[in-house]
Amino acid sequence: MATQKQIAPTVSAKKVRGEFVKKVKEISGQNLQMCYQCGMCSGVCPAAADMDISPRRIIELARLGLEDEIANSKTVWICASCLGCTVNCPRGFDLSKVMEAIRQLTLRKNVDYVRPEDIPPEDRAKLPQIAMVSGFRKFTG
Amino acid sequence: MNLAYYPGCTLKTKARNLEEPALAAMESLGFKLEEMDRWNCCGAVYSLAEDDLIRQAAPVRNLVRAKKQGKDELVTLCAFCLNTLKRANLLMKQEVEKRNTLNSFLDEGVDYAGEVKVTHLLEVLRDRVGWGLLSQKVRLHLRGLKLAPYYGCTLLRPREVAIDNVQDPIILHSFLEALGANPVGFPESTTCCGSYQIVRGPSTIVEYARRILRSASNSEAEGLVLTCPLCDYNLGQGQKELLRLGNTFKEMPLFYFTQLLALALGLTADVCHFELNYGNPESLLREKGLLSRVESLSTSGGPK
Amino acid sequence: MSRQKKRKTPSAPPVKAVGTEVVQVPANLIPIYIMGKRYEVPEGYTIMKAMEYAGYKLIRACGCRGGTCGACSTVYRKPGDYKLQVALACQKTVEPKMYIGQIPFFPANRAQYEFNKLSGAPEEVFKLYPELFRCVACNSCTKACPQGVEVMDAISALKRGDIATAAQLSFDCIQCGLCTSRCFGELAQYHMFQLARRIYGTRVVPKAQHLAQMVKAVNEGRFDDILHRLTKMSEKELKELYEKREIEPVETGEQWRPKSKEYLLGE
Repeated sequence: MATQKQIAPTVSAKKVRGEFVKKVKEISGQNLQMCYQCGMCSGVCPAAADMDISPRRIIELARLGLEDEIANSKTVWICASCLGCTVNCPRGFDLSKVMEAIRQLTLRKNVDYVRPEDIPPEDRAKLPQIAMVSGFRKFTG
Repeated sequence: MNLAYYPGCTLKTKARNLEEPALAAMESLGFKLEEMDRWNCCGAVYSLAEDDLIRQAAPVRNLVRAKKQGKDELVTLCAFCLNTLKRANLLMKQEVEKRNTLNSFLDEGVDYAGEVKVTHLLEVLRDRVGWGLLSQKVRLHLRGLKLAPYYGCTLLRPREVAIDNVQDPIILHSFLEALGANPVGFPESTTCCGSYQIVRGPSTIVEYARRILRSASNSEAEGLVLTCPLCDYNLGQGQKELLRLGNTFKEMPLFYFTQLLALALGLTADVCHFELNYGNPESLLREKGLLSRVESLSTSGGPK
Repeated sequence: MSRQKKRKTPSAPPVKAVGTEVVQVPANLIPIYIMGKRYEVPEGYTIMKAMEYAGYKLIRACGCRGGTCGACSTVYRKPGDYKLQVALACQKTVEPKMYIGQIPFFPANRAQYEFNKLSGAPEEVFKLYPELFRCVACNSCTKACPQGVEVMDAISALKRGDIATAAQLSFDCIQCGLCTSRCFGELAQYHMFQLARRIYGTRVVPKAQHLAQMVKAVNEGRFDDILHRLTKMSEKELKELYEKREIEPVETGEQWRPKSKEYLLGE
């Protein structure tokens, strides 16, 4: 696990009942209260080593409506949607959908994470088509 | 026996070495993989957003067209496509409101509710051919080939679309055993290769590759057996990047399961297109004396 | 497009000048909406003619007037129907209460390349147009095509590296840009297709051997003599020659040959 970023956010009822939480629930279709913070997801995640905020903590931040703290972390962007977390969660909670929901909230504001022109031309020629298509689906709106 | 086949975009160019041996091998087993008409890109990944229907249009349209063409099953070779098509299929089966919206939007003239079954070639080999029959058809036993079956994510996750046990799959192991090879299990055989992160550059997947390769080589595997063109690319690029960063290790040749199938059934190596593989798998095969036996099989009038 | 010129009688029937006489020609006028404004235009007119009748001077969204240049891309709706329909203004006749808008220009991405330096491999298309892979196969492009091109299928072919199919499917494309205007992934389909067709025509399709032979024969001066003689003939001589020419019969097979084989190649 990467050294986790220490954060001291201000939790408020307004944030918990705010738009961000509602939208994450709606887009992911998940009941964020199901998570009991066991950390199984973080243990299984192959990208956790590079994450400043672990998957487990992202769920906690998400249900507290701490949008800015999530936005300042790279967690959802280095997630590879491998579904290791989803399949290992003892509560059957689908984290991959929560990660997607958080990504979508940024992408739908017309803010892309990857631009096609930033991929070096030699890579555009070599990358398998499934990489290009899936990359653009996950990283562009 | 004819099987309706969905190739996907990658198999026609980058992953010819996955498709061509498969078509030839299945033909020799009495199965014709017949490409379906008018297929489009399936979208590669399943959209995980509940309210996103537009990205479901791509995979669902293929399934509707398969139904219109009178197919009740669609076989795929690409693990990525399998996952996307199978999940989209489940959506059409289980979520009525979304099904109605998609059917109306697609306007293909036929309503679809998940009637077409989506299968992977490995399932066909296990369930339709059977490992016993397959090993009887083997003309070149891949003896001495210690290969690590690498499953990756898409054939096993989520549970609803898994083609085998999610935590302890054996389908590739059994496949390799049927061909006479030694499957070498290793702890990271179902860990992700990094998937689409590769579009952000090779540095993004180097740790994923390192984890998998180190685990496979610690288990004394001499090569990896893959089912997915993206895993193939990432594990190949990963090795290149690790070498570039100054790591020293014995390179791990990468095989597609279909190439091993074709060889074991006595087909010539040229249908396998090993020149497209990473890590020079031909030299490993030669080392085990397998390629020369393939050549002699073909001169003695074996199947081409 | 210039603003409508002021008219004293907005619904006056069209006039036709015959010689120096001005003749009133009765016509059935139907209402259409151009950019939200209602006009009475003669039934049977194309959208383009109707717009000009209404007083618009078309300096954009107007070109060949023959359905081939792709300038006059038009989107329209009928009352009570949410569906968007597409047409070429120079080809489509007006329908009552048609609600039209035009797209004279759409800022589509056109990659810069030196064609002669391309080998024609599909990877080159991927390099020049990486946004090709943003396509989600939603089919909005196909629905927006006034030429009936199966745009999505052609893009799908490009994605899998099949330049020949993309070129063949996009044969009728006139580069009007409507597909790009509706594209979810912001692809410039028609630019990608043009590249595909150029590659197909120059690198894939077999070269016509007889063309090369003919060019060679011309360069070798095989036809210089007869051309020279023709240019020196008088009008009377030319007319005579023309009237006496041998005409290929209407119904004839591949074996027919003219009496004089002097200028046939390879015989």
